[in-house]
Amino acid sequence: ADAPPESLKEDGRPKWDNKFQYLLSCIGFAVGLGNVWRFPYLCQIHGGGAFLIPYFIALIFEGIPLLHLELALGQRLRKGSIGAWSAVSPYLGGVGVGSWVVSVLVSLYYNTVLTWVMWYFINSFQEPLPWSVCPLNENRTGFNEECYESTAVNYFWYRKTLNITPDITENGTLQWWLVLCLAACWAIVYLCTIRGIETTGKAIYVTAIFPYLVLTIFLIHGLTLPGATEGLAYLFTPNLNSLKNPRVWLDAATQIFFSLSLAFGGLIAFSSYNPPKNDCEKDAVMVAIVNCLTSLYASIPVFSVLGFKATTGYWDCLDRNIISIINKFDLPEQSIMRQNYTTWIKLLNSSHPEKIAALKLKSCNLQEFLDQSVSGTGLAFIVFTQAVILMPASQAWAILFFIMLFSLGLSSMFGNIEGVFTPLLELKIISKSIPKELISGIICLIFFLMALCFTLGSGSYWIDIFDSYAGSLPLLVIAFFEMTGVAYVYKIKRFSEDVKWMTGRKPNLYWQITWRFISPLLLLIVFVAFVTLQIQKPASYAAWNPKYEDFPMKEEKVYPPWVLAICVLLAALPCIFVPLVAFFHLIKRTLRSKDPSSVPPEVFSCQVAIS
Amino acid sequence: YAWDANEEYLFKAMVAFAMRRYSSKSTTQISNVLLCNVTDRVSFWFVVTDSAKNVTTVPGSEVEAAIRMNRNRINGAFLLNDKTLQFLKISSTISPPVEPSTPVWLIVFGVVLCLTVAGIIFLIVQGIQRRKKKNKESSDTENLEEKCEVTVTIENGIPCETLDLKAGHINGVYAADDERFASL
Repeated sequence: ADAPPESLKEDGRPKWDNKFQYLLSCIGFAVGLGNVWRFPYLCQIHGGGAFLIPYFIALIFEGIPLLHLELALGQRLRKGSIGAWSAVSPYLGGVGVGSWVVSVLVSLYYNTVLTWVMWYFINSFQEPLPWSVCPLNENRTGFNEECYESTAVNYFWYRKTLNITPDITENGTLQWWLVLCLAACWAIVYLCTIRGIETTGKAIYVTAIFPYLVLTIFLIHGLTLPGATEGLAYLFTPNLNSLKNPRVWLDAATQIFFSLSLAFGGLIAFSSYNPPKNDCEKDAVMVAIVNCLTSLYASIPVFSVLGFKATTGYWDCLDRNIISIINKFDLPEQSIMRQNYTTWIKLLNSSHPEKIAALKLKSCNLQEFLDQSVSGTGLAFIVFTQAVILMPASQAWAILFFIMLFSLGLSSMFGNIEGVFTPLLELKIISKSIPKELISGIICLIFFLMALCFTLGSGSYWIDIFDSYAGSLPLLVIAFFEMTGVAYVYKIKRFSEDVKWMTGRKPNLYWQITWRFISPLLLLIVFVAFVTLQIQKPASYAAWNPKYEDFPMKEEKVYPPWVLAICVLLAALPCIFVPLVAFFHLIKRTLRSKDPSSVPPEVFSCQVAIS
Repeated sequence: YAWDANEEYLFKAMVAFAMRRYSSKSTTQISNVLLCNVTDRVSFWFVVTDSAKNVTTVPGSEVEAAIRMNRNRINGAFLLNDKTLQFLKISSTISPPVEPSTPVWLIVFGVVLCLTVAGIIFLIVQGIQRRKKKNKESSDTENLEEKCEVTVTIENGIPCETLDLKAGHINGVYAADDERFASL
């Protein structure tokens, strides 16, 4: 009789169709919305091209070692985050649980951001674009007041999309259009992750490659726009003085860390489906480099478009001034052009200063327009949408842009969901007879119901909280424990042997030094600096309040105490599992140490090395 | 285009036309419209006189109302729009944005949702079919194995019990070979 093939008989574990799928999944997970809307912003405010120096230093000493560690760990132990860390040492099981909790929290709010992207996408099919004109007020005499005082783009985002409340304590109601889009987003996520990597592996071909196509199209189009060169020069002009500010180094370190999606457990899950003998070292270096190059590549079209927008704003300012001057002085049309505006102003100021003063001309400064830097949702939904209106064929550009954002976010969602899914399937609580489709369906349904709270009027304030507290600090803590756990509990020597078994060569001096000393130290410094900076500034948020006296400026408000308590809870919850599980195992061991037939932990660890 | 006497003539004609339409009297002539203070900016003042009432000017409010009524015709005559041909003190009425009966986004959303649900149903059905096939196959192979055993027992003529493979006996010849290999 034929014996069944070894691999299937061993663990029945699903595997990737080919190596390319695995690499694309890792790259898709790492390359996300942050590469498009956070990296260019950081580059801009931290001295342009000079920011690349701390960025690459952080990559070499923090990003790549940690990435290699996670991929190697998952590949060796062939388990999701909870199982893998429990296998390294029962005391470190809390690290896996913490990763799992972070993945749950991030999945909840990340898909709501995708909901906003989808909402803009389906609205991009309208001619003219709904965010280009203000709606009229009730008696049709003028424009809607809120829209008129701010801009049409702002109005569409804050009122028509979010229907935002002026305060985080005012919950508002569920916005039905957002609930519909949220349902659609979770349905799409379910469709792609229905059978785990079997289905995400097929979907990733589209969602990981498509953004690059669109970025290239935007690159070519962006470079042809007027003012693109100003934007690019502004972005890349290095200002080496900014390197003296420690904030820049901290931002570089945190950006690398969050950009590579480390400590989520998703990378461990992905690599656990690999064949055991796979070169994880090359994979890690490749994924990290592709991620960084994508950030750089994405910042070029982003800044071309921002430069175009600034230039157009500057020209509009000039044109308005020119019209008022021409009207006042009854000069012939086309006598003052943008080029000779400054000479005319000087002339008129010397001859008729009181008339010029009476006009109350706004000073037009291109630098000021370029300085209006935005990151995050503001960049995508306010600045970029405004720039798109100014382009010809704006519908097509809007559709392309939002599909690209959706693909970027979706491929990152796959990693998050896999980080939740894989450990759940390995825990004994779910019996094997339940089909995978049902489990993923139940998970997606539960997440959808929980994420409904983000579709309330105050939802976007809560998403900011989740992003700042759940998606930042716990990751640093977990990564620190990951690194020290492998370096000092599992021991680097044994880990190097494992890596040698998998890749065929021993990790060289660079890996040894970074794993043992540099990366844990760096993570500790980053963590301490991050916490110090967070504590120093009072926890506040910017609220959109139409009744505010300085409207359309945002109102600075302080979080009420119960919200602060939730913030602390979000940051502490994943971290608390690390000592909790260790404590639990310690209790278990002391209770069992009275029983002589118990298995000592060293033998348990040896079993892992041999299998 | 350059502003010259012909354009001025057209303007006077348009204002006269507007007055005629508004008041429905056919008495306003082009000569009733007077322009003054024409500047290079191309801005000027104009009045409309009423020849029936002894060269008095028509009240400004009437002229305003007439022009407002025929604004688009006047704009069209000059190939200009509200922004480029401005009548001071006559603000333009804003046309409301076009709103289709069904919001466009709802249609696109429906398409996206239908595609997704279709995909989900397809994959679920595929999964169920695969599982049914696997169950059938495994029960088939089980039957096949049983049949094989039965066949072997009958065909060979040698009952399986004599060839009891479960209780393995070590063949002495092979054991000697093993020792030879172990020394390497």
